[in-house]
Amino acid sequence: MAHTGRRQKPKQHIIEEWTGKIFTSLCIVLLVVTIFSMVYFVATKGLSTFFKDGISVAEIFGSTQWKPDGEPPIFGALPFIIGSFSTSLLAALISAPLGICAALFMIEIMPKIGRKYLQPVIELLAGIPSVVYGFVGLSVIVPFYRDVFPGQGLGIAAGATVLSIMILPTITSIATDALAALPPGLKEGSYALGATRWQTLYRTVLPTTLPALMTGVVLGMARAFGEALAVQMVIGNAPHIPGSLFESTSTLTSVITLSMGNTVMGTMQNNVLWTLALILMMMTFVFVFVVRWLERRANR
Amino acid sequence: MSNIELSVKDLSVYYGEKQAVKNVSLDFESKQVTALIGPSGCGKSTFLRSLNRMNDLISGAKITGEIWIGDENINDPKTDVVLLRQRIGMVWQRPNPFHKSIYENIAFGPRYHGIKDRKKLDQIVEESLTKAALWDETKDRLHRSALSLSGGQQQRLCIARSIAVSPSIILMDEPASALDPVSSSKIEELIAELKKEYCIIIVTHNMHQAARVSQKTAFFLMGEVVEFDDTDKIFTNPKEKRTDDYISGRFG
Amino acid sequence: MSAKTADKIATAVIVTLAGFIVLILAGLLGFILVRGLGHISFDFLTSPPETIKEGGGIGPQLFNSLFLLVLTLLITIPLGLGAGIYMSEYAKPGKVTDFIRLIVEVLSSFPSIVVGLFGLLVIVNVFGFGFSLFSGALALTVFNLPLMVRITEQGMKSVPVAQKEASLALGLSKWKTIRSIMLPIAMPIILTGTILAAGRVFGEAAALLFTAGMSSPRLDFTDWNPFSPMSPLNPFRPAETLAVHIWKINSEGLAPDAPEIAAGASAVLILTVLAFNLLARWLGRVMHKKFTATK
Repeated sequence: MAHTGRRQKPKQHIIEEWTGKIFTSLCIVLLVVTIFSMVYFVATKGLSTFFKDGISVAEIFGSTQWKPDGEPPIFGALPFIIGSFSTSLLAALISAPLGICAALFMIEIMPKIGRKYLQPVIELLAGIPSVVYGFVGLSVIVPFYRDVFPGQGLGIAAGATVLSIMILPTITSIATDALAALPPGLKEGSYALGATRWQTLYRTVLPTTLPALMTGVVLGMARAFGEALAVQMVIGNAPHIPGSLFESTSTLTSVITLSMGNTVMGTMQNNVLWTLALILMMMTFVFVFVVRWLERRANR
Repeated sequence: MSNIELSVKDLSVYYGEKQAVKNVSLDFESKQVTALIGPSGCGKSTFLRSLNRMNDLISGAKITGEIWIGDENINDPKTDVVLLRQRIGMVWQRPNPFHKSIYENIAFGPRYHGIKDRKKLDQIVEESLTKAALWDETKDRLHRSALSLSGGQQQRLCIARSIAVSPSIILMDEPASALDPVSSSKIEELIAELKKEYCIIIVTHNMHQAARVSQKTAFFLMGEVVEFDDTDKIFTNPKEKRTDDYISGRFG
Repeated sequence: MSAKTADKIATAVIVTLAGFIVLILAGLLGFILVRGLGHISFDFLTSPPETIKEGGGIGPQLFNSLFLLVLTLLITIPLGLGAGIYMSEYAKPGKVTDFIRLIVEVLSSFPSIVVGLFGLLVIVNVFGFGFSLFSGALALTVFNLPLMVRITEQGMKSVPVAQKEASLALGLSKWKTIRSIMLPIAMPIILTGTILAAGRVFGEAAALLFTAGMSSPRLDFTDWNPFSPMSPLNPFRPAETLAVHIWKINSEGLAPDAPEIAAGASAVLILTVLAFNLLARWLGRVMHKKFTATK
């Protein structure tokens, strides 16, 4: 057991140490550069609408007219912005009670059955690709709405329904984590006072976990807001503000999806699509910001 | 001629604002067991972890002072910790064998340090296990998982693992406190055997153990060394009243 | 209403809604499998699609999806491991690390269509890779990387500190410790996560519309030279994947049997994702057993 080994190649480990440091740092630098270039490229493209093509901010955000082929062309994105917001908000409204109830079921009511059956169900729902959701929405939900309500069935209601199922796993899993992380003493205190389970949940558990539950809902809404194909397949794609939830309309993502391939890079209409993408991106920042704010509240 | 293996001068360790070790100076001799005793939170473990720069892993820890091993200051930022740690073995409170076979647990270190020859490795494994009094129990199952061993065996494996890279100093952080009495006394026997070759520094809560295995004892209190002397003197005739109080069980 | 009645009603509502969710999934799977399974045959899985006639298959699309998945994982796994290891082992707590974390979070929240547009702008046009499998793989890497980083970080954080310290105390370098001691222990978590991420990649379409393209050249499955333009293995050819194909036939399919093809393709997609899911679970269990085994 001589010390010969370490004398042979005394500096090998230093090279090795640097290899590791440099390799992992490069990976992280690449990641950071990617994000910055994403923001940079989408922003320059999106802003060129205002600077190069001279379209006013008021037109994009204020006009309800979308006539790219008109004389002169009008690019009012308001219908899409309204479409995106109403669809994702409605989806969150449908999904939040469902997801929170699922979490309550798994943590508070029947943990064993919940973990064995509901948990895998939620995970599977998360794994189903969005085009499949779109396909099912188109073949089941749209015809159903068409039969039951006046209109073609396509529209905000169909989009929100599809999205609400897609974002259910996000809301559920975050709610589950929040409920599971509650200190046991909290509930016991309430039960000790003779409260029923529902009173305990309603008065103690839900208010305490509210910021965390909201985090899940906002994350779900963010996902709904950015979802493209599933929404595009069931929303109808008419470029105006609909009269009802069952009339064809568009969202930011659906317009981009449909038109990006049919317009030429550098033209005015194409640039406007990049502006819409920029709006999507800015909304992502807003959602991340809100989530962070809620998380800070939740951790207090 | 002095036999000083490791010499600590004016060592202080800070965790953020809190000073966990205060200006400690101690000399450790080779072929001797030095016990560090004191109530929990007195800084003895922190002190031990400074000796092989394990505190580097804790963010916010700051260490000042000098730790000399030969003519090298361990605490110098320029010191190559990887080479340093080959010369200082460490054993923890809870056995922490790698999730590998018994053989691999021992051979892993030497192989990394450049010994590729299979025969040579076999020899190191056998020698290390023999020294750790584990060879007879494991020689027929060297390629089984190390996790299949009992707690006491695992701890002896960890000792074998650390001596396989031929250190001159072995640091032990309460090596027997997580074990049953029988395994614990085996570890003590082993320490008595190992001291013939190594400089051993052992942190222990167990006063009897300190008295049994060590030649020198340092009593830590609130981050300071209250008294450092021959173990016999510390336990029979301490100079400081605080040492006496602690040893006779009046606090701690 | 007494507190007891309210409690009973609330419990009933929660249980009903939980049951409703199970029903939704059952309905979804049932619908796709009932409609789609009947359409799946060897011929369907291997023959090329038809534009206006009946009887088209999904052979090239299926191949493209699998090939693209492999390409993506080849790029994502090393990058994700590297970045994840950096975050868990090298990053020092502080403003810079917090900022990187924020950035990764932002990237993981970007809509996949935006990632696709970025791919169109930078990978397809600026770098000039055109509509190709390679462009698609890069876009999917951007889409998948934050998840990979998080999975790796989780895996590394799950390694007991005692293992890391034991290795460092033996005089092993940090990098060697990471590779030989920590990664093997983190592997079950990383592998399970990667397989689940692979399922996500397999079903992704929005990021691919404008990067991998919406059409495939006529592939010659006898030509395995990766540099020939007709070869299925050529990474620089456009490629329509299964998920993109489903979207396309739903929005502009002209074949009379388009709904059946969509159903069949959806069933294939779902079954694949399901297989990934089961594989991840099974592997997670097996590896967990192996690592905690006492023999």
